Amino acid sequence: MSNNSDSQKSTGLHIGVAAPGVKKVDPILVIDSVKKSFGGLTAVDVEHLEIPRGAITALIGPNGAGKTTLFNLLTGFDTPDTGAWSFEGKQLAGVSSFKVAKMGQVRTFQLTKALSLLTVLENMKLGAKNQTGEKLLNSLFPFLWRKQDNELEVKAMELLRRFKLDAKKDDFAASLSGGQRKLLEMARALMTDPVLVMLDEPMAGVNPALTQSLLEHVLNLKKEGMTVLFVEHDMHMVRHIADWVVVMAEGKVVAEGAPDTVMKEQAVIDAYLGAHQDTDLGVVTGRIKVISEEGK
Amino acid sequence: MDWGSILNNTLAGLLTPTILAFALAALGLAMHFGFAGLLNFGIAGFMAVGAYGYAISVLTFGLPWWAGMIMGVAASVVFALIMGIPTLRLRGDYLAIVTIAAAEILRLLFLTTAFEPVTGSADGLFGYNNSGGFADANPFPVGDYGWGPWTYNEQTLWMLVFGLIVLAVATFLLWALMRSPWGRVVKGIREDEDAVRALGKNVFAYKMQALIIGGIFGALGGIVLATSTNVSPGVYVTSLTFFLWTALLLGGAATIFGPVLGSIIFWVLQAFLTNILPALAESGILPVSGIQAATLRYVLVGIGLMLIVIYRPQGIFGDKREMTFVK
Repeated sequence: MSNNSDSQKSTGLHIGVAAPGVKKVDPILVIDSVKKSFGGLTAVDVEHLEIPRGAITALIGPNGAGKTTLFNLLTGFDTPDTGAWSFEGKQLAGVSSFKVAKMGQVRTFQLTKALSLLTVLENMKLGAKNQTGEKLLNSLFPFLWRKQDNELEVKAMELLRRFKLDAKKDDFAASLSGGQRKLLEMARALMTDPVLVMLDEPMAGVNPALTQSLLEHVLNLKKEGMTVLFVEHDMHMVRHIADWVVVMAEGKVVAEGAPDTVMKEQAVIDAYLGAHQDTDLGVVTGRIKVISEEGK
Repeated sequence: MDWGSILNNTLAGLLTPTILAFALAALGLAMHFGFAGLLNFGIAGFMAVGAYGYAISVLTFGLPWWAGMIMGVAASVVFALIMGIPTLRLRGDYLAIVTIAAAEILRLLFLTTAFEPVTGSADGLFGYNNSGGFADANPFPVGDYGWGPWTYNEQTLWMLVFGLIVLAVATFLLWALMRSPWGRVVKGIREDEDAVRALGKNVFAYKMQALIIGGIFGALGGIVLATSTNVSPGVYVTSLTFFLWTALLLGGAATIFGPVLGSIIFWVLQAFLTNILPALAESGILPVSGIQAATLRYVLVGIGLMLIVIYRPQGIFGDKREMTFVK
């Protein structure tokens, strides 16, 4: 897995020295002084940040660093106190969430939002944009939308096969396992033909057997020309698939750079990885003394 | 006990203008709650708007009966807009509170003596069906039609046929809407509106459309009811809303025919209980008086509603699989 994905890494994304707020060669998303506070707490305070196009960018940071809040702000699910940000050169401040999604910036959620009492196939078809039959008056005349709907079904089935959910197409999404729901949510997002895919913790709660295929799916997105921005706590995933890493702590961007270099920075280790990143969990908690004693 | 008359009255309850009006309003609730997830506790208000809109247009403004009915429907669209614009952006339970309050405000406005020349206050409105109105448009010649418990004179037949046509059109519309991609979006909103928003759908617009369509069905229910009885503020009370919810949940909230069949079952049961409970009381089987026995049926309706919600939340005609995944 690692050799395979390492060979696909994109490099040369930035201009100058990699530091917080560094300019990118071809940014897709540019964020300027976006600030959001909840009462006295400043959840997000990003001076300047550019997300490179056609690459996989990881957004990491400790719990409460403001990663998900930043996601919500960028996708219009929350409004910042101040700040501006643009997607492909179009200003997004004040634009409502559904319009952001229509432009091609599509997100998934940390707590998976499968539409439980819709079938897997319905979930997929719902994702497609510009459907004639979704207009109230058109919906009454099947001859206006039947053809498009059938085409969408073909497309949906292709994606479902790729995500190995095709056998489940007529089941309610509620009957899927947690990992399958993550896959469904990602597949559904792909039905919108996105330009930028924003994944909020795609690996959370996914069993190791599915992790591998999820990783490949994320890598495939890049191969197909999409830009990926994801929040993740799984450092192995970040190392293996990210081309660029942005580290947040207490609402600010504290470091960015290529994954190999940025994870060695002392600021990052202090803020996030902790001193015991390569030590056994049992040693960290002090519950398994045997191992540490044996180590000596 | 006179079993013959009890049975006859129960069977006659299978097809009445009231059932058709109920079925229409329950269809509206199915659109709101069953498909779009909008908790509307003011469906009685929508019915009142339809009925009063029709009656006032005819009596005060002298419109022909069909134009009056169109005005009743138009009024319900306005009512839905007024209610939806401030509340549909908020979480679902807020809509529930606003709708129940709005329906009560409406009823009290119709009841107050301040507008008596127009609304008729507590007496309500009557006579709008006569003289060149709905009753005169009756295509059926004078006479008795049908057989057994289902014998109607030409006026009742006209009300029933009119109600059935409206109900059939509304049922077809709901079915056509819900099988379409539009219906898919609306059902998606019921499940999780943020997920649908993240896929680039204008959730607010869809919810508003669903509120208006369900409201129109409710208003049509009020209009059909107004063709058979007077328009009286005492009818459009909160308990009417809860009877409609019972009918809806009985049949199945997220189904097309559930609300219709639920309404029929509800009213047939009502007719049966209205007849049998006093009879049981008179023959000494129930230890209560005849009047008490008649009100006992409402107690039974309440118990029935609780039992459905607890043990069969998807209703009689709902998808069995839904039961497994109740949130």
